[in-house]
Amino acid sequence: MSGSTKTGTVNLADITGRAWVFPQDYINTDAIMPRAGYDLPPAEQDALVLSSIRPGWANQVRQGDLLVAGRNFGTGSSRPAVTLLTRLGIAGIVAETVGEIFFRNCISYAMPVLECPGCLDMTAEGDTVSLDIEHGTYTNVTAGTSKNGARMPKMLLDTIAAGGAYELLRKEGYM
Amino acid sequence: MGMTMAHKVLAAHSGEQTVVPGQLVVTDVDLVVMADSVFHKTADRLPTDLRKVSYPERVAVLLDHAVPAPTVRTALAHKRAREHSERLGFRWLADIGRGGIEHQIIIEQALALPGQLVACNDSHTPSAGVLNSAARGLGMADIVQLVCTGQTWYKASPTVKFRLTGELPFGSYAKDIFLHIAQYYGSQEGHDIEFEGPGLLSLPLDARATLATMCTELNANFVMFPADKLITDYVESITDRPFTPVVADPDAEYDAVYEVDLGQVRTSVALPDALNKNVVPIGEVAAQRIRIDQAFVGSCANGKLADLEVAASVVRGRKIADHVRFIVTPASQAIYLEAMKRGYLQTLAEAGAIVTNSTCGACSGGHMGVLAPGETCITSSTRNFKGRMGSPDARIYMGSSATVAASAIEGYVADPTPYLTALEHSA
Repeated sequence: MSGSTKTGTVNLADITGRAWVFPQDYINTDAIMPRAGYDLPPAEQDALVLSSIRPGWANQVRQGDLLVAGRNFGTGSSRPAVTLLTRLGIAGIVAETVGEIFFRNCISYAMPVLECPGCLDMTAEGDTVSLDIEHGTYTNVTAGTSKNGARMPKMLLDTIAAGGAYELLRKEGYM
Repeated sequence: MGMTMAHKVLAAHSGEQTVVPGQLVVTDVDLVVMADSVFHKTADRLPTDLRKVSYPERVAVLLDHAVPAPTVRTALAHKRAREHSERLGFRWLADIGRGGIEHQIIIEQALALPGQLVACNDSHTPSAGVLNSAARGLGMADIVQLVCTGQTWYKASPTVKFRLTGELPFGSYAKDIFLHIAQYYGSQEGHDIEFEGPGLLSLPLDARATLATMCTELNANFVMFPADKLITDYVESITDRPFTPVVADPDAEYDAVYEVDLGQVRTSVALPDALNKNVVPIGEVAAQRIRIDQAFVGSCANGKLADLEVAASVVRGRKIADHVRFIVTPASQAIYLEAMKRGYLQTLAEAGAIVTNSTCGACSGGHMGVLAPGETCITSSTRNFKGRMGSPDARIYMGSSATVAASAIEGYVADPTPYLTALEHSA
């Protein structure tokens, strides 16, 4: 698509990958990024991601997979839990709704994210799914279904496209 | 359409005439507080030293998440916090031993004033709403961006209002009000919360602050209390700085207005792993004889002087059950000192409790009271998420500090009422 916003090689209008479905509502930061992992080496910390809900999941994630979640995903603490999902290879998150601080962290750490009520019902795990956060659209490629979610203001889209808040600050000489 | 308290604060700090739900605003902020957690040197946090910032006089720094440093990683974060503050001209609030948990210090020193916009790295920042400040927690990168550029963004939320009437019955506390709201009204995600009503008059500052802090667990955004006489008198007793309280317009719109009769609040306990819609009356849980391994009174929510006072009252002249560790963590060193002067710390220690220095500590599972797999804890702190205080295979119940202290004595989740009644009779 011409004129699409790109971050690195990622086209924010077309992030397509394999879906992992976490249907539970209120999955919190302590489940995504357990405190017990803070002082562990990265590989061991990564293995704990969402392990209290789904043991062994972290090792099955492949680069470019997408996460489909329930209501208020990422509620809880301000810790940068999304960065561990990025490190595992998750390329985008679509959820019924997203916790407020977690949503901000997605923007500032450049994780494509979409709030799209109804996304759970139209997704089975392993489906090929696609996010267009420029237009706020979620598509299940496998099922041939599509739904509009909450379109993101341009300022936030630009932050993701730039690679996140730190990248912007580096460019502007703050760090 | 009129504006809510938080929307007025957002409008005043963004130059907008009006702010409505859903609107994205870019704002200045009056106060930014950063704790040690911002200064951890990992790829995910502060990836390189900051070179320049916009308004260092608006930035306050302190250490609270893990103090004294339990690991080299933490010690390095503390060192970087001190270094950044000195080099960039941040206000260094106090080193360990003279400070405390950031949300308590914000109230104790009236760092946030009525009508101000406040940001902080931690999710329990709505605590400062008790002072009629619009305060919310931001992520680490957001905070760094705000400190550097002087601005941040908010998406304005719709609002729900809780109108409090009546007075708490004997044996119930602010924590029980929160548990009542969590049970009957549940998650308020995506919303700001405003409190009002005559019931506030019976709630002292500490109790209101507990309620404000716990609204984070209702998944609320801004949490606003009115600047009534108690609040303005309090702030004026601490600081000479001028302030302008914010009031909601009479025609402000609310998604819901709930009337909460404090007289209906009962001593309650949240069951493990979640708070909203997961609360039962203390009698039901006590009847199940749930054996505990650890009891914790502390955190920004309930490490207040009133919490230490009630905990000391309950355990006075008694002994903690042999199989229980009772950990008490004051929310600030000022509280620690006052509790010492009043004899609470001695009473707690004589009963077999351990009183720690002020730190987020056991509440966030960082240090000083981490739970092992299979253990059960009752806490008056902020959260009972699975894994919050250590192993994900531990179970965390939540109640008031009175309930926690009574449980520590009995060794089982227990009703504090008999202990409090005994006090009444001996007084």
